[in-house]
Amino acid sequence: MLLSDIRNILDAKVLTGEDEAALSAIDIHMACGCDLMSDVLAFVKDQALLLSGLINQQVIRTAEMMDIRAVCFVRGKVPADDVIELAKDRGIALIATEMPLYNACGILYDKGLRGKDK
Amino acid sequence: MIKHYEISGTDFANGGEASSDFKTVLKKLGVPMDVIRKVSIAMYEAEINTIIHGHGGTCDAEIMPDRVVITFKDSGPGIKDIDLAMQEGYSTATDQIRELGFGAGMGLPNIKKYTDDMQIETSEGKGTTVILTIKL
Repeated sequence: MLLSDIRNILDAKVLTGEDEAALSAIDIHMACGCDLMSDVLAFVKDQALLLSGLINQQVIRTAEMMDIRAVCFVRGKVPADDVIELAKDRGIALIATEMPLYNACGILYDKGLRGKDK
Repeated sequence: MIKHYEISGTDFANGGEASSDFKTVLKKLGVPMDVIRKVSIAMYEAEINTIIHGHGGTCDAEIMPDRVVITFKDSGPGIKDIDLAMQEGYSTATDQIRELGFGAGMGLPNIKKYTDDMQIETSEGKGTTVILTIKL
């Protein structure tokens, strides 16, 4: 699923400045909804989207270590500028939706974006 | 080749900088991505542990022809019961650390999962040394 489609489905704002073409170039194969970074670190898959209610630097660091391409912040949370700058520097796209985590994950799952089975 | 890093015990926001830098080094050397990811995850978990449990320390990451060896040393309180610390879900982290997304008791189990060998030397009141080995 393209990040541009995910942005539309979740009615999300783009925080890291990617235009439509850049969002369409990011193909997401799998998603993970989590606020525990150690659980995210146990989840190894390529081309993943992380959905989280946490908005600190360690979310970006965790995404960096896991080669996660994009992070979606939920419940209308927006991280501080230095967190957004770190993501830009590491090539990680950030989007933000007003939806709560459960709903955002459920809607994406329903549209065909799955998580890791085990 | 050895890279040396100082790990601050108070600067949690910048935690992960050593792991990030070493990941860049491995990429430049052309190390396979699946190996880089294993190194990155294990090193990042150990770096976070050094900050939140060891109150800071040092990290030496050595690249050898057949393996990567990463040594974290701290002068923190040490690990009272290693068997307990190795159990998934057991943690002594504070609520403040948990609010930041860590302290779920997955650090050492995750490190063990992604390394070929993990050695822990610890002494109560004196500190902890963790040595990670990942085969190339």
